[in-house]
Amino acid sequence: MADEHLRILTRRDLLRVAGAVGAAAVARPGVIDHVEARQVAAGAGTATRTREAFEHLTAAEADLVEAIAERLIPTDSNGPGAREARVVRYIDRALGGALAASRQAYAAGLPALDRYAQSSHGRGFLQLAPADQDAVLSACEKGEATGFAGAASFFAMVLAHTRQGMFGDPYYGGNVNFVGWDLIGYPGVRTMVTAADQKALEADRLRPNHKSAYDFDTFTKASARVSEPGNHGQVAAGHFDSEGGQFHGD
Amino acid sequence: MATRLKDTDVVVVGMGAVGGVAVLPLTQGGLNVVGLEAGTWLTKRDFAPDELRNNLRGWPMAVQKANREAPTVRPNGSAKAVQGGQPMMNGVGGTTLHYWAQHWRLNPWDFKVVSETTRRYGAARIPTGSTVEDWPFGYDELEPYYDKVEYEVGVSGQAGNISGRIDPRGNPFEGPRRREYPMAALRWTGFLDKMAGAARSLGWHPFPGPAGINTKSYQNRSGCMYHGFCNTGGCHVDAKNSTAVTTIPRAQATGRLQVVTRATVTSIEVDGEGRVTGVTYVTDGQEYFQPAKVVMVASYVYENVRLLLLSKSKAYPNGLSNNHGQVGRHYLSHHQAAGVTALFPFDLKAWYGLPAQGVAVDNWADDNFDHSRLDFIGGGNLWVYSDRRPIGAASMSTFGLAPTWGSGWKAFIKQNADRSNSAYLQKTTLPYEDNYLDLDPEVRDPLGRPVVRITGEWKENERRIAAFVQDKMEQWYRAAGAIQIQRAPVGGTMPATTHAYGGTRMGDNAATNVVDRWGFSHEAPNLGVLGASVMGTSGAHNPTHTIQALAWRTAEHLLKNWKGIAREAK
Repeated sequence: MADEHLRILTRRDLLRVAGAVGAAAVARPGVIDHVEARQVAAGAGTATRTREAFEHLTAAEADLVEAIAERLIPTDSNGPGAREARVVRYIDRALGGALAASRQAYAAGLPALDRYAQSSHGRGFLQLAPADQDAVLSACEKGEATGFAGAASFFAMVLAHTRQGMFGDPYYGGNVNFVGWDLIGYPGVRTMVTAADQKALEADRLRPNHKSAYDFDTFTKASARVSEPGNHGQVAAGHFDSEGGQFHGD
Repeated sequence: MATRLKDTDVVVVGMGAVGGVAVLPLTQGGLNVVGLEAGTWLTKRDFAPDELRNNLRGWPMAVQKANREAPTVRPNGSAKAVQGGQPMMNGVGGTTLHYWAQHWRLNPWDFKVVSETTRRYGAARIPTGSTVEDWPFGYDELEPYYDKVEYEVGVSGQAGNISGRIDPRGNPFEGPRRREYPMAALRWTGFLDKMAGAARSLGWHPFPGPAGINTKSYQNRSGCMYHGFCNTGGCHVDAKNSTAVTTIPRAQATGRLQVVTRATVTSIEVDGEGRVTGVTYVTDGQEYFQPAKVVMVASYVYENVRLLLLSKSKAYPNGLSNNHGQVGRHYLSHHQAAGVTALFPFDLKAWYGLPAQGVAVDNWADDNFDHSRLDFIGGGNLWVYSDRRPIGAASMSTFGLAPTWGSGWKAFIKQNADRSNSAYLQKTTLPYEDNYLDLDPEVRDPLGRPVVRITGEWKENERRIAAFVQDKMEQWYRAAGAIQIQRAPVGGTMPATTHAYGGTRMGDNAATNVVDRWGFSHEAPNLGVLGASVMGTSGAHNPTHTIQALAWRTAEHLLKNWKGIAREAK
């Protein structure tokens, strides 16, 4: 049953489930928030919070990752954040594959961050008020977290992975219900953009299509879990622009 | 002991941008060719529009042979070299699978930097320490081959100079071409229209850049779908002109090309006279010797140089064709860094498109402007293009206007994720005495062989160009309404790059060049070298078109002179 809560819900899934249980999910076409989706998937009225089964992070690590990500990309008046996007699930899965080289950095960095929260604010990170959590993260970002060597690079790593989970293709476990793409106005993966589509985009008339690359069955699925040797998910030095990781190809 | 395979006329090492082109004239001319490729065939199904995999995780470069033998890099001879990444990929088609496919011709000035600079400004203006030479021939010699490649592999664009007649819709500074491109240029977006208008308001000459991408159905391949995943991604409809879908299949159709994949060439073999006899390669741990009458090296700059340096023999104790000590010299890495990023107060609607789809300005490239009162020679191409994907967009600079995380950041990117643009500025880069490639004394690949070591940094001339074109770019962005500008540093160490040049330079003087004007070794007469390793100047534009034109020319020269080069009556 728990698993049923936790699947990546594709538009196809939602429409299928919606067909089975009623019209709740199609009341607002293309806009289905996470809680609603879980209600739909689980059957009406059982939207109780359930812990996900993580593959690589321990439960304690996952709680910390989730709490950090929630401060990096908060749920606020601008809409859903890292929590709704399931950034923690993206990171958990990636740590068994493309980001495997970062597993040890999480194992060492998370307790170090929690110890710093304890020493600086008298409580563990999870017990702190949001403003104090931000103060802890800010100290890490600046490399000023006493007793936490490597805090700045740990912070930068978690921030990069959080953005990947928020704005990456939902195929990899994050960006649930396309909340990341909707936040920034990305109208979605397409395999064809005609001149008319471009004109519609420029006239604010191109609606988000809410599709993952792998919703198109013309593509062989990427190996999300197999570690790719020699790269470890880090951009190689030199051939990426420092601004925004642009590849200087040809 | 290597298994000896059946003899062939020509063995080509590398089925990428240049090997993939050369095999077409060779096989159509009647020669039997074996093409060795370290990678495998990839198809449209492999090219998913997946930003995480393609752009952040370095697929398709990550699992390749090239990545396991990535060069080490250091700025100068006293620094320690460190192994970085490898931007090129293996696969039939090579890096033409995932490149941007900008398909520029060089400017006529790029062939005659020394004589033209001397004529216009005096010999003292050649930068100190530069080993630059004029090419052994001019633009006019290469023009027929540029034209051939444009029509054979499919290039879209807008002509600016047809036989001396200037067309203001195209690049007025280009060398004369014999005819139009076979296809119209990639379309522009509203933002690109706006940038073109801003350039005109400055008195400049904006035009659409040439692309190795179909804009209509051409040679049974689709036109471009503009979906936005061309950058470090292969084409899902084969609109991009990778040699895997253009020249290689046509060469195979002759029945005279055999493509061998997953073949890592370890050495080129030589006889007592100093002629090459074939190549040794490894696949699945098995070693094979492929004998051939002519060997053509067609891997990337780093691998071309490395393979020659590793192929030591009695005739060539310091590496093949290196008895003059020139293999690895005159290396340069195109100065592509030092970009400029702008923030606009309106959405650019740039979510779809491709990096070859853009607006160019060449007013400040090459010698298109008067350098009398300037302290450098050469210049840069200004390139503004449409290319954006969501993780990259969300990772944009906040220009100091917002924090980098939290609610303030979230509000910033909600408003601005589609409001920034980064220009790509390619600059004239010259060779210098102390920029070179050699074998790393410590770092080895999984077969135990040394990798290449890059020693190089951009010098004063290149850094001055960078600062100059950044000024121009900022002026252009501001004319289009930009409210914030950020400039990247003007450059230091030359990294491993997609635009590497030199190491087997082409020229008439055997004392300073590895190959002759036709691309054949001055020392081993039946060894040809293809690719940018033969180029002695970079110009301010992408190299692929030039190296494909050179490859066609070298292949044609071999056909016409087969008897002499192969020592065979045929």
